[in-house]
Amino acid sequence: MSPLIRFALLRWRLLTGSLILAAVLIGTPPPAMAEYGDIVINNYSDAAGMRPAVFPHWFHRIRFRCKVCHADLGFKFKAGGDHINMLKIIDGEYCGACHNGNIAWSVENCDLCHSGKPGTPTQVHESTLQQLVTPPPKTAPAKK
Amino acid sequence: MKNLSNTLRYILVSSLLAACAVTQAPTTAKAASQATAPATAKAKVKAKAKVKVKAKAKAKAKAATHVRSAIAGSAANPFNRLLKPQGKRHLPPAEDGIHDPTDPAIHTLQSPRQAFKGLPPDNAGNQVDWVKALDEGKIKPRYDRNNPKAKPIVMDLNIVREVKGSMPNVVYPHKPHTQWLDCSNCHPAIFIPKKGANQISMAAILLGKKCGVCHGKVAFPVSECRRCHSQNKKIKAKKVAQP
Repeated sequence: MSPLIRFALLRWRLLTGSLILAAVLIGTPPPAMAEYGDIVINNYSDAAGMRPAVFPHWFHRIRFRCKVCHADLGFKFKAGGDHINMLKIIDGEYCGACHNGNIAWSVENCDLCHSGKPGTPTQVHESTLQQLVTPPPKTAPAKK
Repeated sequence: MKNLSNTLRYILVSSLLAACAVTQAPTTAKAASQATAPATAKAKVKAKAKVKVKAKAKAKAKAATHVRSAIAGSAANPFNRLLKPQGKRHLPPAEDGIHDPTDPAIHTLQSPRQAFKGLPPDNAGNQVDWVKALDEGKIKPRYDRNNPKAKPIVMDLNIVREVKGSMPNVVYPHKPHTQWLDCSNCHPAIFIPKKGANQISMAAILLGKKCGVCHGKVAFPVSECRRCHSQNKKIKAKKVAQP
């Protein structure tokens, strides 16, 4: 290989390398700034080609006490723990108890709930486990 | 040889242009129109070369500024990279990072900043003191979803839990809890309603058990130690050895 070609190749490699680095630096998404207690539910959404549902606790607790959903409607204290699907909702269970066009807007407004970024995992935003700088061991003492 | 390095350069320039597609789009359009304008083939080649050099310089400068701004504005070296920046709280859903900004209904959703206006401030969580807001009547959340006049069954009973070491004892007030919740939310699944029957540790709470079922998810987070550990102990002073 002539030294000129080698020089050109080296330059090319260096430049592509720096280009990739620049793309990574520019393309890194900023950390989410959503509200404390925002819930993302993505049990079935991604697989069904739908945006995951986002439940803002702050919005609902201004209007209802915890008891309404967590005692009367049977919502578990666990993100994604109720395995809610649209059938349950149109039958008046879970979200459907209010989101029926009577107390709150009805189910045909898909995009109002299914408003999460595709691929966002089920989570409680800013929960203690998310805030831990070092994730806890997987084999945690899981006693309620 | 020159041809090869020129081709490489051309590929580089075009890829750089592609990388900065959004900002560079007008330049490429300009370059195209400039390149096609001259009538003779010679002039064409000359113009092309000129544009190439110009575009390359521009693209280089652009890439450099991009990298610089990326470092300045990225998570690389802010004051504290593990904390939420002060000005970036209560963002509207379109900018909060978990909502999809391309969702057609995104601007219909309320912004927390708007909702929290006038509510008593707090240092953690939503930056809103929800219990105070309820006590002051700033919010009137329903106790029954159909009946706006339903009144909660409030129980005013404090439970004191003695804890290890110098850590102040925990005083658990039933009052604010029963204002929001029903007895069945906690008893008996999370807490057995019997003195001494519940083993609670901070490790369990951090992992979302016991108090951590709500505190650290929606109720004030565990960073607010003194709100629970509120009863100071009398700590015996250690005897200092006399020389």
